[in-house]
Amino acid sequence: MAKKLDKVDVVVVGTGWAGGVVSAELSKAGYQVVALERGENRNTADYTGVKDELRFTNRYQMMQNLSHETITSRNTMDEEALPVRTRQEMMAGTDLGGGGVHWAGATYRFMPYDFEIYSKTVERYGKSKIPDGMTIQDWGITYDEFEKYYDRFEKTAGLSGEQDPIGAEHSSDYPTPPMKETPNLRLFKDAAKNLGYHPFQIPSSNLSERYENPDGQVINQCQYCSFCTRYGCDFGAKSDPVVTVIPAAKQTGNFELRTESYVRRVLHNDGKATGVMYVDTKTGEEFEQPADVVVLSAFTFTNNRLLLLSGIGEPYDPETRKGVIGRNFNGQFNITFLGARGFFDEKKFNLYMGAGALGATFSDLAGDNFDHSDLDFIHGGGVEIRQYGHGPIASNKVPKGTPKWGKEFKDKSIFYTNRNLVVWYTPAIMPWWHNYTDLDPTYKDDFNDPLLRITNKYTDQDRSIAKFGVKKCKKVMEEMGADIVDEDEVPYEFDHIYQGGHYAGGVIMGDDPDTSAVNNYLQMWDAENLFVVGGSAFPHFANRHPTATIGALGYRAAEGIDKYLKNGGGSLV
Amino acid sequence: MSDNHDGDNENGVNENNTETAPDESRRKFIKNTGMVAGGVVGGSLLGGFLTNQFQLGTETENDNTQTDNLQEARMFFSRKEDFDVLKAATEQIFPEDDNGPGAVELGVPYFIDKQLAGYWGVNAKAYMKNPFRQTKEAVDDYAKKDGDQDKQGPDSETQPPTPTPRYQTKLNRGDLFIAGLRKMNQVSKDKFDTKFTEAESEQQQEVMKMFENGDVKMRGVSSITFFNLLQSTTIEGVYADPVYGGNKNMQGWAMKEYPGPRMGFLQEIESEEFIKKEPKSLRDYQT
Repeated sequence: MAKKLDKVDVVVVGTGWAGGVVSAELSKAGYQVVALERGENRNTADYTGVKDELRFTNRYQMMQNLSHETITSRNTMDEEALPVRTRQEMMAGTDLGGGGVHWAGATYRFMPYDFEIYSKTVERYGKSKIPDGMTIQDWGITYDEFEKYYDRFEKTAGLSGEQDPIGAEHSSDYPTPPMKETPNLRLFKDAAKNLGYHPFQIPSSNLSERYENPDGQVINQCQYCSFCTRYGCDFGAKSDPVVTVIPAAKQTGNFELRTESYVRRVLHNDGKATGVMYVDTKTGEEFEQPADVVVLSAFTFTNNRLLLLSGIGEPYDPETRKGVIGRNFNGQFNITFLGARGFFDEKKFNLYMGAGALGATFSDLAGDNFDHSDLDFIHGGGVEIRQYGHGPIASNKVPKGTPKWGKEFKDKSIFYTNRNLVVWYTPAIMPWWHNYTDLDPTYKDDFNDPLLRITNKYTDQDRSIAKFGVKKCKKVMEEMGADIVDEDEVPYEFDHIYQGGHYAGGVIMGDDPDTSAVNNYLQMWDAENLFVVGGSAFPHFANRHPTATIGALGYRAAEGIDKYLKNGGGSLV
Repeated sequence: MSDNHDGDNENGVNENNTETAPDESRRKFIKNTGMVAGGVVGGSLLGGFLTNQFQLGTETENDNTQTDNLQEARMFFSRKEDFDVLKAATEQIFPEDDNGPGAVELGVPYFIDKQLAGYWGVNAKAYMKNPFRQTKEAVDDYAKKDGDQDKQGPDSETQPPTPTPRYQTKLNRGDLFIAGLRKMNQVSKDKFDTKFTEAESEQQQEVMKMFENGDVKMRGVSSITFFNLLQSTTIEGVYADPVYGGNKNMQGWAMKEYPGPRMGFLQEIESEEFIKKEPKSLRDYQT
């Protein structure tokens, strides 16, 4: 029997950027907020002095323990889905701050084109440009309307960057200057300029200088130590929820954090959420937490699964193409971030130094910045070079044709350790009627609840955009002067490896209840006091990294929840 | 190959090797940078230039070596024969050469033994619930079309360049190693009429390639899954922090001029020149 707790104003499920922002804003506004996190409590001390590649990169210390729960995966509806069993095949964060702690820190905005992708594509090329079965749609809000939330998030994170020379307007400059430029980034920028592109430094949440944000939280200066992606920061120099929005919420006195609290259901009655049911993972005790507003701000998978398990919203049915929960699943998998690797016989770079978002890029081949009339795909990608700082286990790149082991592998992998660079393309991923989430009929979690099932396959759009990007990256790498330039191969089909952490959709935003689950305040059409915030709201995956948009959605949702509570209920649109 | 570098490795310096430096640009680099940086250099390539410094370096680390050796006993593998096959196989994957020591001298077999004895070896954080489908589509076909992470997808810059098979076997990683190593020995006996450890180097490689290509039938798992695991774990043992029992005396890091965990490189990140640093380990960093 679940123990019923006292009602609060707002209960928040998940403490990554989305849940962190919502918690901070609503507790600052005076509401009583309880946040439930399935993972453990964490602070900077957990990440100090533990720079260990094997532990974090190869053994996935900060990723979800899959023994309790995972997802299943298949390509098409007529296949049997199989569970994604190991953390080598899955990258979903857990613990306080979620994926917001182990992220790299590349903090781009999406483009105006993204928010109105259907209208703008039809306007420029006509309806026939959109292939049958591609379910792109406008997001129900424009870039201009959304801009202030980006600006707010960037000030919270203290972003270090410079304006994209061909990008959309920002209402204010980045709070801190761009990260340092290294010889390999300069090489990339010079080559890009020679080819007529407009390179700039990647906007970074690894900060170029010490910064105090509007909430009074301090983020330190990045030391370029290289232990960044898949690590918590040693110095509190990477913006993450643990050093920003979580302490901002705590200092209000209106916020209570409960970790190791695994939410199993959203409770609801007569079209409204009444609270959540969760389990203390240390004791097994069940609790019911009633609230006036319920916020689901967990990872994409959990937001989808909790709605399906709780029976809220109409599940998407690919046969009829009706229903909304699970619709438009999308993400960047092994067909993205492909490009060209260059091997330099005479140049050597300090590749053991770096930071997660240290890099350069250009947007000339992104979104609809180039004419697609004669191309067999829509949208585009950023072209990027990064200097993460290579660990010695990861840095074993060898030219194509080299065996994977033995004498030749050893010799070349050592020789090229500090002599290889990669330039890659970050293509957008379009949604299709056949890519969706639902509940698996076979596999269960520790509580005997069904796992979330992902059905996802590639299309000609995906393969065409990837091939286009690889060719462009190859030209840049040749211009950079590499002695050997290897093109990445474009895979035909999705390989069920959930790498990179960029998976989204399933609870998408929009202006039509028939094709979206939430409105542009992230308020559910089918339950007005339930807000579902995060990557799960993306109707498609834009061609830049998702975090700034997730943080900005948090600010948008918080504004909506405040209005909702002040109005005493009702739809916000 | 042979097991002749089990014991006396204090000075893996072979002056003859200086004549076989594999290419001109590397030699040039060593002259320009390696000499100035000095310190402990794991590779025997530098022996001719740096014999004195190298030997000095090893002497100062004798205490560490002693401690390491006390930790070198089997805690996971019960049968010595299995462990001997592991030694031979890891040395084939990462052999001793002009660059420096091979897997055995670096302690890789003990690294693997320790890894398998812990939570990772029993797949404690993996989803291991039934049913385990061992269909052709899910296992063999999938493993064969699988790509390397160094050329495929978002993790390519931060993950080791090893194939990532879809893990659909009931066997945990410890089971997999034991089954795979015994099968390697059996295949060697069937094919060459000799134990794996006594086979010629080329014969060992041939057996390993059969596993890599999925040409060996294993019970409950594809041989490709086993081989990929063996390969990636070997590379991990070469380059993981010495705290785990491999990368002995940081010789793996020295070979690729990796400095180990440091506070940061704020003052050096813009340098046009490559900056070589003597490796330091996690123990240094934490104390």
